[in-house]
Amino acid sequence: MSDLRADITIVRGSGFRLDLSLYAMPGEVVALLGPNGAGKSTALRALAGLIRLNAGRILVDGTDISGLPPERRRIGVVFQDYLLFPHMTALENVAFGPRSAGEPKAVARQAAERWLDRVGLSAYARVKPGELSGGQAQRVALARALATKPRLLLLDEPLAALDARTRAEIRADLRHHLTAFEGASIVVTHDPLDAMVLADRIVVIEDGRQVQAGTPAEIVRRPRTDYVARLAGLNLYRGVAEHGVVTIEAGGHLATGDDVSGPVFAVFPPAAVSVYTSRPEGSPRNVWQVEVDGIEPHADRVRVSFRGDPPVAAEVTTAAAAELDLHPGTPAWVAVKATEVHAYPA
Amino acid sequence: MTRPSAARRGREPDPGFRRAPAALAVPAILGLLFLLLPLLGLLVRAPWRRIGTVLTQPAALTALRLSLETATASTALCLVFGIPVAYLLARTRFWGQRAVRALVTLPLVLPPVVGGVALFTAYGRTGVVGKWWDRWFGYTMPFTTTAVVVAQAFVAMPFLIIAVEGALRAADRRFEEAAATLGASRWTTFRRVTLPLVGPGVVAGTVLCWARAMGEFGATITFAGNFEGTTQTMPLYVYRALETADPNSAIALSLLLVAVCVAVLVALRGRWAGVG
Repeated sequence: MSDLRADITIVRGSGFRLDLSLYAMPGEVVALLGPNGAGKSTALRALAGLIRLNAGRILVDGTDISGLPPERRRIGVVFQDYLLFPHMTALENVAFGPRSAGEPKAVARQAAERWLDRVGLSAYARVKPGELSGGQAQRVALARALATKPRLLLLDEPLAALDARTRAEIRADLRHHLTAFEGASIVVTHDPLDAMVLADRIVVIEDGRQVQAGTPAEIVRRPRTDYVARLAGLNLYRGVAEHGVVTIEAGGHLATGDDVSGPVFAVFPPAAVSVYTSRPEGSPRNVWQVEVDGIEPHADRVRVSFRGDPPVAAEVTTAAAAELDLHPGTPAWVAVKATEVHAYPA
Repeated sequence: MTRPSAARRGREPDPGFRRAPAALAVPAILGLLFLLLPLLGLLVRAPWRRIGTVLTQPAALTALRLSLETATASTALCLVFGIPVAYLLARTRFWGQRAVRALVTLPLVLPPVVGGVALFTAYGRTGVVGKWWDRWFGYTMPFTTTAVVVAQAFVAMPFLIIAVEGALRAADRRFEEAAATLGASRWTTFRRVTLPLVGPGVVAGTVLCWARAMGEFGATITFAGNFEGTTQTMPLYVYRALETADPNSAIALSLLLVAVCVAVLVALRGRWAGVG
């Protein structure tokens, strides 16, 4: 299947300049991660052919497609708010691509039915987008993009429009579909968690430039800029999952709300960690004893790193840090809800 | 297109605040009376007792049929040429676009008689185009049914163009981008995505266009004349009836014209909720 090598230069009248080199191997999922205004979506639109390059090239399988209009690039796009055609049913939306490629109506509809089935929405074939939930619309949009048999799949903030509950579910679901897709996928996101869960490799963009690239684990281990450092604050572990419990390579166990097994990554944000001076009462399933390793103020919050099995970083308010009287070497207890721990196949 | 929801109604101000000040309410009521009284006059003065015979006069029926046919034909003409013009104005950039937009809307404010004279200078026997038609094909357009359709299309097309252009500008262009990434050519995108999305705007424009064509008088009588059976549409017939001291016929036929227009508006409103 197809690989991508792109050198993208886009200059805006406002003085914004995007300079990005990007590659993705067949089957690889690459996340473009960065703050708002970093140029991620611009890069995606350039790949799709919706804006013109000022300089550079876009090689898909070694052929430069940067001169082609979007309709001839065979690049599937899942847009941020999906852009399902409101006057067509879910089935007609998915059949639109095959129809445009010249398939007879019956053939296109059969293909669309298969794709709807693969995203688990056969029952919604006759439903108009206005009546679909956010999660369903996202899956129809994915089916619509995949039904064109694209050489490359682009996803613009695919989870941003969803509420927190559906998000976790759709995230796992999306990862499954991206793994099944044979071509390269590029996911644009500003959410480090999405990037970590979905991507094999992360490219961090700030101010129109790549500031760092690597596997999620590498990015977390050696952050190079403040933005990445803030992301790197995520607690990320490698381990093996069985029956909802992840045995961490670095030591210890974590219960997770995700239904996975085998080699996994487990991840949660430092804000999800509660810190106590004695063993807490109550229900959190992940409670373990630690010792303060380092303390680092961050605006109105304090980041505390702890030694333990596993080691963990927590984010607490300045007031809470003072009250807990945390110093390097202080013993403490930490707790994380299982539902906050996301586990995904490594 | 959706009915206001209960939540939306809940946000409306208290009934006490919804009353207009007298300085606005009084002229508003006078204005409405001014608009309604002439229609009421038609109803009051109509020759109800012999309305059947007036309306079934062969000349009246002929005029009505001609009006319906020519208005529909000119509306079709406006759709075929007006939608592409609206697309060009809304979606492309070209030199002199502002001037073109101004010119396109000129027939809206032009006195229809002037429109008729202008049509003569273009398509008349000695007109800039018409003289070649005459010389090469022996064809002259003025004073034919075709001239009626051309006159109606000339005055009615701006209504369609403006409505469709507005709808195109308001439509979310990102749907077209989505269609392109799905491999649709620009024509397919226009046909299957753009046009359905601006459907309500097209319908509204078509209704306005058709109504304007139905009522066309000045350009028609100038460019096509007033010949029974070929160019005498309803408005012209009504005018002739008044002129020949048959006001009862004129009133009855005017009522009929009102009824036809109202019927069309109501029928379209019922089908497309977004109109009007």
